[in-house]
Amino acid sequence: MLITCPYCGARDAHEFTYLGDAELIDRPDPAGPEAEAAFHAHVYLRDNPAGPHRELWYHGSGCRQWLTVTRDTRTHAIASVVAAARPEVAR
Amino acid sequence: MSRLAQGGLIDRAKPLQFTFDGKRYSGFAGDTLASALIANDVRLVARSFKYHRPRGIVTAGSEEPNALVELRDGARREPNSRATTAELYDGLTAESQNRWPSLAFDAMAVNQLFAPFFGAAFYYKTFMWPKAAWEKLYEPMIRRAAGLGRASELPDPDHYDKVQAHCDLLVIGAGPAGLAAALTAGRAGARVILVDEDFRLGGRLNTENVEIDGSAGLDFVAATEAELRALPNLRVLTRTTAFGVYDDTYAALERVADHLAEPAPYQPRQRLWRINARRAVLAAGALDRPIVFGGNDRPGVMLAAAMETYVSRFAAAPASRLAVFANNDAAWGSAFAAHDAGVTVSALIDTRADVSPVLAAKAKARGLRVVLGGRICDAHGKALTAIDIVAGGRTERLAVDGLAMSGGFSPNLQLTCHHNGKPVWNDDIAAFVPGTPPPGMSVAGAANGSYDLGDCLREGAARAVGALADLGIAATALTVATATLNGTAVSAFWHVAEARTKAFVDFQNDVCASDIVLAEKEGFRSVEHLKRYTTLGMATDQGKLSNMPGLAIMAAITGKSIPETGTTVFRPPYTPVAIGALAGHHRGKDFRPTRLTPLHGWAREQGAVFIEAGPWLRAQYFPRGAEKTWDQAVNREVRAVREGVGLIDVSTFGKIDLRGRDVGAFLDRVYINTFSTLAVGKTRYGLMLREDGFVMDDGTTARLAPDRWVMTTTTANAAKVFQHLEFCAQVLWPELDVQLTSVSEQWAQVAIAGPRARDVLARVIDDPATIDNGAFPYMSAMETRVMGGVRARVFRLSFAGDLGFEIAVPARQGEALARALMQAGAEFDITPYGLETLGVMRIEKGHVTTNELNGQTTALDLGFGKMAKKGDFIGKVMAGRPGLVDPDRPRLAGFKPVDPNDRLRAGAHFIAVGAAATTENDLGWMTSTTWSPTFGHALGLGFVKGGTARIGERLRAVDPLRGGDVLVEVCNPVFFDPEGVRLRG
Ligand SMILES: [Zn+2]
Repeated sequence: MLITCPYCGARDAHEFTYLGDAELIDRPDPAGPEAEAAFHAHVYLRDNPAGPHRELWYHGSGCRQWLTVTRDTRTHAIASVVAAARPEVAR
Repeated sequence: MSRLAQGGLIDRAKPLQFTFDGKRYSGFAGDTLASALIANDVRLVARSFKYHRPRGIVTAGSEEPNALVELRDGARREPNSRATTAELYDGLTAESQNRWPSLAFDAMAVNQLFAPFFGAAFYYKTFMWPKAAWEKLYEPMIRRAAGLGRASELPDPDHYDKVQAHCDLLVIGAGPAGLAAALTAGRAGARVILVDEDFRLGGRLNTENVEIDGSAGLDFVAATEAELRALPNLRVLTRTTAFGVYDDTYAALERVADHLAEPAPYQPRQRLWRINARRAVLAAGALDRPIVFGGNDRPGVMLAAAMETYVSRFAAAPASRLAVFANNDAAWGSAFAAHDAGVTVSALIDTRADVSPVLAAKAKARGLRVVLGGRICDAHGKALTAIDIVAGGRTERLAVDGLAMSGGFSPNLQLTCHHNGKPVWNDDIAAFVPGTPPPGMSVAGAANGSYDLGDCLREGAARAVGALADLGIAATALTVATATLNGTAVSAFWHVAEARTKAFVDFQNDVCASDIVLAEKEGFRSVEHLKRYTTLGMATDQGKLSNMPGLAIMAAITGKSIPETGTTVFRPPYTPVAIGALAGHHRGKDFRPTRLTPLHGWAREQGAVFIEAGPWLRAQYFPRGAEKTWDQAVNREVRAVREGVGLIDVSTFGKIDLRGRDVGAFLDRVYINTFSTLAVGKTRYGLMLREDGFVMDDGTTARLAPDRWVMTTTTANAAKVFQHLEFCAQVLWPELDVQLTSVSEQWAQVAIAGPRARDVLARVIDDPATIDNGAFPYMSAMETRVMGGVRARVFRLSFAGDLGFEIAVPARQGEALARALMQAGAEFDITPYGLETLGVMRIEKGHVTTNELNGQTTALDLGFGKMAKKGDFIGKVMAGRPGLVDPDRPRLAGFKPVDPNDRLRAGAHFIAVGAAATTENDLGWMTSTTWSPTFGHALGLGFVKGGTARIGERLRAVDPLRGGDVLVEVCNPVFFDPEGVRLRG
C-alpha cells in the first residue's frame, strides 16, 4: 500500500505507523461538563465503518509528521492524506 | 532415445548429466528436467497422493500436478519441485516421491484396490473414532502413506533477497501480448517492468510455428527482446513469477539461482520483488485443460499443448505412436506439429461432428486418420499401451503409447481475482474470462480469452497505450500487419460418460468423477463445499487443471449451467512461494537488527557477558578471576558500588531534545507532575500516563537553558514515547512552541555510582569545582566539558540509589569516556557493572521498572499519587475513574522473607496467614525479586492491597506453579538509604 505523504510524496506503508481513528485529534475539554463521559468516549468508543475512514498515521521513517489519512476500509483506497494538525490552530 | 534428430530450442553443443532415482541420464542446456526425462524415455515419474497410482508428466509448465520431485539433496533438497519448470543443470539430482519401496513397485498401490473405501471425505468419515487413535495411529499412518515428499530438515544454506521497485507499467507475461505491450510502453519512454516465469521470453511463440509480418515467430521474439533489453527505461525479469496483487503492490518471485547447482557466493537463491506499479497489463496466457475419461491419469497421457511444447521447443517426443483427443482447433495444430516433427500420429479424435474445412484439409494433406464425433472412454496400461475409442456406436481399441488431450483453454486470470474480482463465463470459448480486475490492471491476449495470435499482439499494444494514457504518457501502439491465423473454435466437452474405469478430475489429490457424484449425493453441492469435501483443487497446483472439469461435472449432475454453479476464488500465491523468500534476510539472528551501544567495544574489552534486551545487546555482568557463576560477579559488583564506585553504560535510554518557548507548559501536560517551575540547571523525575489513566513511562527531564530541555525515557519505550510526544506537539497542541528531536543515537551515556563517584568524575571533568556538593547538588544538570574539551552533559542522578552522576558525551566519544573513567577510578578500584547489578540495586532502592510499569498500573498504584498536579495532563481525567482510585487496588510495597534463608519469586501471590490459597483470598502479587548482597537476604517489590499501610504485617507469598510458600514481611519499598542521605552526600 502506498500513502502519499503531503511532505514526502508516495511512500510505502511500511514507513508509517498506524494509530487509529482521527477522532483522537479532538481531545475533550478536561474542565468541560461530563468530562469523564467525554474522555471515556474519546479513549474507548470507535466506529468501525465499512467505507471511508479518517485515521491517523505517523510517518516515522520519513518526515515524522502525523497525518490524517482517509482510507476506504473495504478497498484500502486512499482518498486523501493531510497533516493531522488542527488547521485552525496550526502555525 | 526419444530425442528428435533436429529442431528445438536446446543447445546440443552443451550436454548436461543428471540423475533421477539414482540412475544417470543426459540432456542439453535449454532442457527442463521434464523434457530431459521425456527425451530419455522416462515415462513413470511419480506416484499419486492417495492411491499411489503411477503417474507421468502432464504439462510443460508451473501448473503441473503430477511430476513433483525431490530436487537436489542434502540441505538443499526441496520436495514438490515441478520437473516441468526445473531447468536442467549439470549434476542435477532428483528423486521421485511418495513411493515405497520404489517408483516401479509401490506397496501402497494396494490402496487403489480399496478405492471403494477411499472415496470423497474418506479421512473425515473413517478416522473419526476412537478419538485417542487419531494421534497415536491414524495420523502417523496417513502421513507416511500420503506424504508429498520429504523436507530436508536441515537449515537452509541459501539466502534470499527482497527488493522494492517502482514502475509506470508492469507487464506480466512475455508471450505475444506481453511483448507487444512492453515494446509499446518501452518505446514511449515509460518505466516498464516485464516479468515472465519462464527462462525464455516468447511464451507460445517458443512452441508454435507461426509468422508475424512475414518473419518466423521466434525471429519476432529475438528482435523484440534485443530492443527491450537495450531500452534503459525497461527492465526484463525472466524466471520471475508475479504471484500476488496487493494494495498498490505486486509481489513477484525471481528464481535467481534455481537453474544453477548452487548460488554463487553472495548470490541470493531467490529474490522477492515488491513492485509498485501505477498500471499493469496481465498477459499470462491460457492453460490447456484435461478431459475426464477412464485412465486419463496414466503415464503417457498429457495435455496437447504440452505435447506440442515438448516436440517443438525441446525436440523431445513423448510418444512413438500418438493419438490426439480434443474438442478444439488448437489441438489440431499440436497434432500437425507432432506429425511434422516425425512423430506418428495414429488418430485425431475430436468430440465435434464438424470442424472447419481448413483443418480437415490440413489433416488430409498429412494423411492423418480423423475420428469426428468420437471420444476416448478408457486408457490402458501401467504406462499407456492402448485406448478405447467410442464413435458411431462402436468401440475400437487402438494401440498407442502416447495420448495428447485438450479440453479447450482456460485464461490465466488468477491475478485478476486477487481484489475479489469475479470471473465471467464466456460460452463462445467455454471458459471463464476476467471480470473486474484490480484497480490499474488490464488484461490482454489469451489471459483475456483472445486466442488468435494477431488479436494477442494488437490487444497487448492497445492495453499499453490505454494504461499510459491514464498516466498522461502518449504512446503509439506497435503495429502488426499480418500474423498467422490459428483456429480458435471450441465446443464444450468435459467428461466421457462411457468411461468404465477411474476417471480423474484432480490428478494430484486423486479426485475422480465418481467422487463428485458422491459429494453431490451427500449434499455438498456448493463449489466451496465440493472443494473441501473432496479436496478437489486443494493440492499444490491450486486446481489449475481440475477446477473447470470439476465444476462442469457438478453443473451437469445438478442440471445447472456452469456460471450458475459458480467458480472458486483464486487467492495469492499463483504458484507456491518458499517461506524463505518471504522472510528474506530476516531470519535467525537477523530476524531484526541487533543494536550495539556506543560503548560495546569497551564492554567487550572488559570481558562483559552480554544479554539481549529487546533489540539491544547489553552488558549483563563482568566476570572476574575465578568467578564461576553470574551471581558471584553480581554480588561483587553490588558491593563495589555500595562501598566504592562502579560504572555502567546507560546509552540505551531514550533521549529527546526539546526546544522552544513553551516546553515547560508542554511537559506539564504530558507528565503528571509540574515541570514549568524547574530551574535551569536542574533535573526532575517525571511520570507520564496514557490518556486512559495508566502509566506509560517514566524518566527524568533536565532544563539546560530557558528554552532547551533534554528528556530521558526507558530503553523499551524510547520510540513509543517520542511518537506520543510528536502527536501531542503536532496534533493536540500545535499552538505551543515546541520542537522535538530524538538524540538517543547521538549521545553515549555512562552512569557512575558509589561513595567515590565524585572523586572519579573530578579527575575527568575539565572544571572539578563545578561538581562540589554545594555547586552541584542532587538533581542538578549542566552542559560542560570533560577529557580536555569534549562536550558533555552531566546530571546528578542515580538509579542505583547512591551518590551518582550520569555523563553524556557525543556517541563517538563514549568509549574514550569509559576508559578515562576507568583510569581515573583505578585507585578506588572502580568496577564496571552490568544490567544484573543495576537490577539488584534498583530493587534495593525501590525504583520501579518495566515489571511494575506493565501498562496496567496507575500512578496511585506505584505510590506516586501525590506527584499529580491540580491542572490538566494527559490521562488525568481517566485516572480518576472510581475503579482506579479504589483504595482496595493493590499498591506498591516492599517484601522481605521472615526467614532470611528463604528465596522470593516474582509471580508469587500474597495470601493472609491462615487463609486458603484461593483466588478469592488473593491480596496481590510479587513483581520483582532479588538476592541483596547489601542486606544479606532476598528482597522483593510487589503490589498488595493496602500497600505500605501494611508495613510490618506478615503474609504468605504463594507460588503454586513452582511450589513456593514463603512467609514475608511487608516493608517500605525503599530498602536502601530511605532518607536519601547517600544520594545527597
Ligand atoms: Zn512524510
